[in-house]
Amino acid sequence: MSVPLTLLGLLEREPSHGYDLKRDYDAFFGRGKPLPYGQVYATLGRLARDGKVVAGEAEPGDGPERKRYVITEAGVTEFETWLTEPVAPEPTLQTVLFTKVVLALMLGRDAGQYLDTQRAAHMRRMRELTELRRTGALVDALLADHGLFHLEADLRWIDLTAARLDALAEAVRP
Amino acid sequence: MTHLIEARDIHLAFGETPALRGASLAADAGEVLAVMGPSGSGKSTLLHCLAGILTPDAGEVRFDGERIDTLGEAQRSALRRDRFGFVFQFGQLVPELTAEENVALPLLLNGTRRTAALAEARPWFARLGLDGLERRRSGELSGGQAQRVALARGLVARPRVLFADEPTGALDSLTGEQVMELMVGAAREQGTTVVLVTHEPRVAAYADRESVVRDGRATSLSAEGVAP
Ligand SMILES: Nc1ncnc2c1ncn2[C@@H]1O[C@H](COP(=O)(O)OP(=O)(O)OP(=O)(O)O)[C@@H](O)[C@H]1O
Ligand SMILES: [Mg+2]
Repeated sequence: MSVPLTLLGLLEREPSHGYDLKRDYDAFFGRGKPLPYGQVYATLGRLARDGKVVAGEAEPGDGPERKRYVITEAGVTEFETWLTEPVAPEPTLQTVLFTKVVLALMLGRDAGQYLDTQRAAHMRRMRELTELRRTGALVDALLADHGLFHLEADLRWIDLTAARLDALAEAVRP
Repeated sequence: MTHLIEARDIHLAFGETPALRGASLAADAGEVLAVMGPSGSGKSTLLHCLAGILTPDAGEVRFDGERIDTLGEAQRSALRRDRFGFVFQFGQLVPELTAEENVALPLLLNGTRRTAALAEARPWFARLGLDGLERRRSGELSGGQAQRVALARGLVARPRVLFADEPTGALDSLTGEQVMELMVGAAREQGTTVVLVTHEPRVAAYADRESVVRDGRATSLSAEGVAP
């Protein structure tokens, strides 16, 4: 999963403390697998080193970390590029699709357009696999079928999500 | 380049129900185009407008560069008979006719003599794996066989455009894929453009390209990234 990009997306929404980032990550994307604090701060440290975020002054208070993180121009660019690119259409990428849609909705972006682009990428891959299945050996055809059925499942999810975007947007916005 | 068949910004309402609201769609000669989209989005209505079965309330439909939405019913009916072929989901074979008469029907309707029409119809049976079924009536065929007969009938007159509305909708997936394979193979061989309405991605994947109809509008998107 794209933890650094997801954290960038959450920071694109508003400057936040590591604590808030972890809380929102766990609520929307953790799905029973919370992000350890160590990983949150290590990721933020790397993002800061690469100029994608800057950390504010440590604030008074108890607890280990009281810094507010702010996304930079470079961070915004990296995040936006990632968000609008279709995910490579391979089986088992649902979690990345899901993350992109939820982040797009949180940030008020055009999630419908993202889904359309993803749909087109999936269809293109399905055409390639259909061609392989028609022209390849039986073993290739079986493998192509496996890919086709999984991509079809993604597409059903994409279509269902596209039909429910308004309700979803309500659910993920504060 | 002008498209072989094209709808431009067409609108159509059934009474109070708007079915098409500014739909545009085009297919080039020899192209296989899939039209996808949710149920009730206007796919069949769009296909019927392209095929000259319905005339839109507004917008243009062109075939081979000429407006067809402004033609009278007689001319549109001649166009459908001479230039277009059709395959639908159900109930398309004439039950009183044998399978080979069904295939020959478009030729008979455009004035070909019976022996010549049947002679043109027969090779389709071997080609589509229907050997020996020439004299059966539609009630004596399986769904997949009947659909292949319907496909032969749609292509026998070498139409410029084959319109197919959920041609595999009533078939199991294996039989459906066989029908698609044969349909796309035969259409490519004779250079027939195909406009294929389907909601099944695996069927649409046989096409060169797809367009998605939503709320009476069609969009064709490439898989390239879009600007934020
Ligand atoms: N003959 C008709 N009279 C009245 N309304 C109609 C008629 N045909 C279609 N409609 C309406 O027009 C809209 C578009 O219908 P259309 O049949 O084109 O949808 P579709 O995309 O083909 O759906 P499906 O996937 O279910 O076949 C729907 O709201 C439908 O109820
Ligand atoms: Mg329909």
